[in-house]
Amino acid sequence: MMDPMIEVIDLHKSFGSQAVLKQINMKVLHQEVVVIIGPSGSGKSTFLRCLNLLEQPQSGQILIEGQSLMDPNIQISTIRTEVGMVFQQFNLFPHMKVIDNITIAPIQVRKWSVEKARSKAIELLAKVGLSEKANVYPDSLSGGQAQRVAIARALAMEPKIMLFDEPTSALDPEMVGEVLAVMKDLAKEGMTMVIVTHEMDFAREVSDRVLFMEQGMIVEEGTPEEIFERPTHERTKSFLSRRDGYLSLRKYKE
Amino acid sequence: MDFRMDIIIDYIPLILKGAMLTIGISILSIILGSIFGLVIGFGKMSSRMILRWPMSAYINFFRGTPLYVQILMVHFGLIPMVIGRTDPIAAAIIALSLNSAAYTAEIFRAGIQSMSAGQIEAAYSLGMSHRQAMQFIILPQAIKRMIPAFGNEFIVLVKDSSLVAIIAAPEIMYWSNGMSGQYSRIWEPYLFASLIYFILTYSLSKLLSVLERKLA
Ligand SMILES: Nc1ncnc2c1ncn2[C@@H]1O[C@H](COP(=O)(O)OP(=O)(O)OP(=O)(O)O)[C@@H](O)[C@H]1O
Ligand SMILES: [Mg+2]
Repeated sequence: MMDPMIEVIDLHKSFGSQAVLKQINMKVLHQEVVVIIGPSGSGKSTFLRCLNLLEQPQSGQILIEGQSLMDPNIQISTIRTEVGMVFQQFNLFPHMKVIDNITIAPIQVRKWSVEKARSKAIELLAKVGLSEKANVYPDSLSGGQAQRVAIARALAMEPKIMLFDEPTSALDPEMVGEVLAVMKDLAKEGMTMVIVTHEMDFAREVSDRVLFMEQGMIVEEGTPEEIFERPTHERTKSFLSRRDGYLSLRKYKE
Repeated sequence: MDFRMDIIIDYIPLILKGAMLTIGISILSIILGSIFGLVIGFGKMSSRMILRWPMSAYINFFRGTPLYVQILMVHFGLIPMVIGRTDPIAAAIIALSLNSAAYTAEIFRAGIQSMSAGQIEAAYSLGMSHRQAMQFIILPQAIKRMIPAFGNEFIVLVKDSSLVAIIAAPEIMYWSNGMSGQYSRIWEPYLFASLIYFILTYSLSKLLSVLERKLA
């Protein structure tokens, strides 16, 4: 049987004396889209950041296609070339043109030729609908455009997995859709994705599985129907009802 | 009070020669000092105690003791120890570089630490090593931010280079002192020297603000 794309076993992470992740167990299969939801401070970002070792867990196992990230002999940067990440704040490199933002890592890390990296970048810019922005600097992009460039930048490394940490939370509402559309396309193409988001409609539409996290634990997991239509845990129910309340309030205000 | 233009005119060739040396010493010292300062600055940011501690000690020593004393130690101690004789120009450059390195190290450190964590995390998430992240992402941005502090350090260095007259490096002050001694005059040599220093530092600061605007 094929190894799962990601397997997390009994993961623990604390900052000082504060335990932030407690006994996390989960799997992500090839081509699966997993959405993580949960209240602020529940450890969603920390968990995602453990998956590419931006945070170092205290104990437990993380396996990417059977390969342990905890293995002391492992080259961290090799793992990271296989796991792309998209951040809430985009984190584009402001001193480089859009095209160079996308090509720098393939050239320097993957050792691709400049031509190969550029043609890949141009292809990706077309994919995210920003062909005409290749030669501008990031500060002239709108938030939605910047996030699409950030997605293209991560994809340029041809990762096996994409991690998204609230990719639309910093965007004006009218720009959320264009970023989610790109992510939906990726999901359709079979990219393995782990997404932290508050966009519940999107989660319902694209995810194969939803995890609800609270206080550093995965409280409940299931298909989107299971989690959104008939959650079993009290905490999940109250979180979702609060969110529904919040979201309908937001819609009402708009 | 009479002001003797004739002795100034007399000394113009020598003072200009001195000015060339001041410029040469300053440029070499800021370059060497920056390279050395970069190394020290990174050492001080290292997670390893064994690197961090000596670099802190270095910075504290050179910032906490007079440049005057450092120049004398380099001239009468360090240089003869290495090459077997004294050499005022070499001593001037070495002393000023060592001193400047302590300041530029702190400029580099502050500039790099002012970068948001998101930039280095984005670089790491693309598989870059620490070195690659520094070289391609952090330093190019940090250096831009460092230009004002860095320019300031360069200006201070030009002025401080006047101290090397005490070890007979024939720069501006060396000749001004000579002029003062020869004619027993105060105002002509020192006002003229001030004027030359002012022209140097003023053009430098103009140049830097142009550079800053270009890069902004
Ligand atoms: N570098 C850090 N040092 C100390 N504590 C941290 C650090 N990063 C996160 N924490 C703490 O860990 C807990 C979980 O944070 P995390 O950012 O993972 O939550 P989250 O679920 O992503 O929340 P949000 O929805 O607000 O983004 C919080 O209590 C936070 O204060
Ligand atoms: Mg978060």
